[in-house]
Amino acid sequence: MTRYVFIQSRDPFEAREPQFLEETAIAVKERGHEVTVFLVQNGVLAARQSTRRLERLTQAGVTLLADNLSLRERGIRNEELAPSVQESEIGTLVDEIVQENTKAIWH
Amino acid sequence: MKERKLTLALMDPPYESANSTTALRIISAALEKGIDVNVFAYEGAVCLPLKDQAPHANPVKGTSVEEEEHPTTKAFISSLLAMGKLTWVNCGLCVDERGATNVVDGVKRGSPADFFKMASESTNTLVIPTK
Repeated sequence: MTRYVFIQSRDPFEAREPQFLEETAIAVKERGHEVTVFLVQNGVLAARQSTRRLERLTQAGVTLLADNLSLRERGIRNEELAPSVQESEIGTLVDEIVQENTKAIWH
Repeated sequence: MKERKLTLALMDPPYESANSTTALRIISAALEKGIDVNVFAYEGAVCLPLKDQAPHANPVKGTSVEEEEHPTTKAFISSLLAMGKLTWVNCGLCVDERGATNVVDGVKRGSPADFFKMASESTNTLVIPTK
């Protein structure tokens, strides 16, 4: 089993590319790998519960983290987050990617 | 425990994208955790440590240079280099194309071969491309 960390920096409302990342992450998870999606920059706009953008990733069992600074910059409060999203420090991302047998993919 | 090492490849020029800020935050967090970090700066990212960068006043707000406290990427990188355990290599061809030779102390010149060596010797490598 390999660990995959997808770092999503793009606005989900701007283009269809984040959907490609979602499909890739789910496909990797379905093949038995451990998958984390770390939302950063405009990627955190998907973290709000009201957008319902992360439902498929949640159902697939993907771990969802959101960068706290990116959330604060965009005025997104913790209580607005989807329940499956955990507010995280950038250091958590470092901990995630600096492990053996881990693939870190920036998008 | 095996020593952990992280390599980043950066491509965005300064003041263009939030990618640069996030990359510097990742580097800072890794160094604070005692992790060795290599950076290979490619394309516009070779301008991140340019010594000629200067903070500026903000005529729209009417603030002075001092009041504005404008952050520069060269200052961030100098601070990160001062923490130790950071190796920063600028791509030589990219530097020559841009005339970006006047960089802060501690920044090295190299080639994609250095990036390959860094990645080969690291626990992991993160490539942050331009959009």
